[in-house]
Amino acid sequence: MLNLIWLIMILGGIAAAAFNGRIDLVTESLFSSANEAVNVCLGLIGLMTLWLGILEVAKQAGFIRFLGRLLRPIVARLFPDVPPDHPAMGSIIMNISANILGLGNAATPFGLKAMDELQKLNPHPDTATDAMCTFLAANTSCIVLVPATIVGIRVAAGSANPSEIVGPTMFVTGFTMFTILLLDYCWRNFFRDKYRRRRK
Amino acid sequence: MMEQTLSAISQWAIPFLFFLFLAVGWVRKVPVYEAFIQGASEGFQIAVRIIPYMVAMFVAIKVFRVSGAMDILAWICSPVLNLIGAPPEVLPLAVMRPLSGSSALGLASELIHTYGPDSFIGRLASVMQGTTDTTFFVLTVYFGSVGIRRYRHAVPLGLTADLIGLFVSLYICHLFFR
Repeated sequence: MLNLIWLIMILGGIAAAAFNGRIDLVTESLFSSANEAVNVCLGLIGLMTLWLGILEVAKQAGFIRFLGRLLRPIVARLFPDVPPDHPAMGSIIMNISANILGLGNAATPFGLKAMDELQKLNPHPDTATDAMCTFLAANTSCIVLVPATIVGIRVAAGSANPSEIVGPTMFVTGFTMFTILLLDYCWRNFFRDKYRRRRK
Repeated sequence: MMEQTLSAISQWAIPFLFFLFLAVGWVRKVPVYEAFIQGASEGFQIAVRIIPYMVAMFVAIKVFRVSGAMDILAWICSPVLNLIGAPPEVLPLAVMRPLSGSSALGLASELIHTYGPDSFIGRLASVMQGTTDTTFFVLTVYFGSVGIRRYRHAVPLGLTADLIGLFVSLYICHLFFR
């Protein structure tokens, strides 16, 4: 899929340029945009360094565990099929709190561990359980506190107010996460009986 | 009311988190300076690691745009895009977003770079990039790790999340940045 989109953009672009008589622009923009891309990445170094440094402080201060404790009552309610003291619950909570803090690298091991534990509760090992679907819905729609990379890109591009998108991003991700978890809840309860019957 | 709240959050979020993380780190006896240096040393690698994605996407989208191919795509999609108030320039980003995070970041950066970070397109691309996730990548990695082949409703849920993220981003940007 990625290959196809990339091919369409470049081949379609070159074909359209030939057709429109703009072929001279293609070579020039190939070279200049490659350079621009590297410059943007270099401009990103400062903010990435700063932000990863401060996140490491948060990690060592135990923020993942702290946020996890706050979230536990809510999260436990989202996974009725997982016993509250099952190790899957702990990993799910740690993954979600690491995601909220923007600690992507710390979140992934918890997430894989959570899937592993959820699989132990799965009666049909090749089919996703309700809890797995809920977990991945929460994971992909997770609320974002600070979209640090994009703020860094905006700094590199010389924005007058690089952080002005933080509030809107937080609102949109919060709204999305809430809606998706609600949808998942409805879906689960609506299809539950049908799914069980088919499985038997 | 909502506008003021959101812009206050934008202003306060980063200083507040810095203060919170450092203060709690200090109270809990974390060697804050050493921890900062340890984490910060990864910043350079991350910025360098995305260079291939950025170059691939900058080049592709630039060729697609200067050649006039983007105008053709915009012309085809304009009835729908006009209806929802979306600039056609962000269409490739919306398509790429669920597939690859780094590639989408490349497209978003190109839009921000070309149209300016404080233009409507630049702001919309910023919000869109922050509010949606690489659904297909996450599902493949997580389900793949335990050998699940039937994803059931995880795919429609993930894609709905991306769609909601895109539409609400569009709505919020119209409300907030126009």
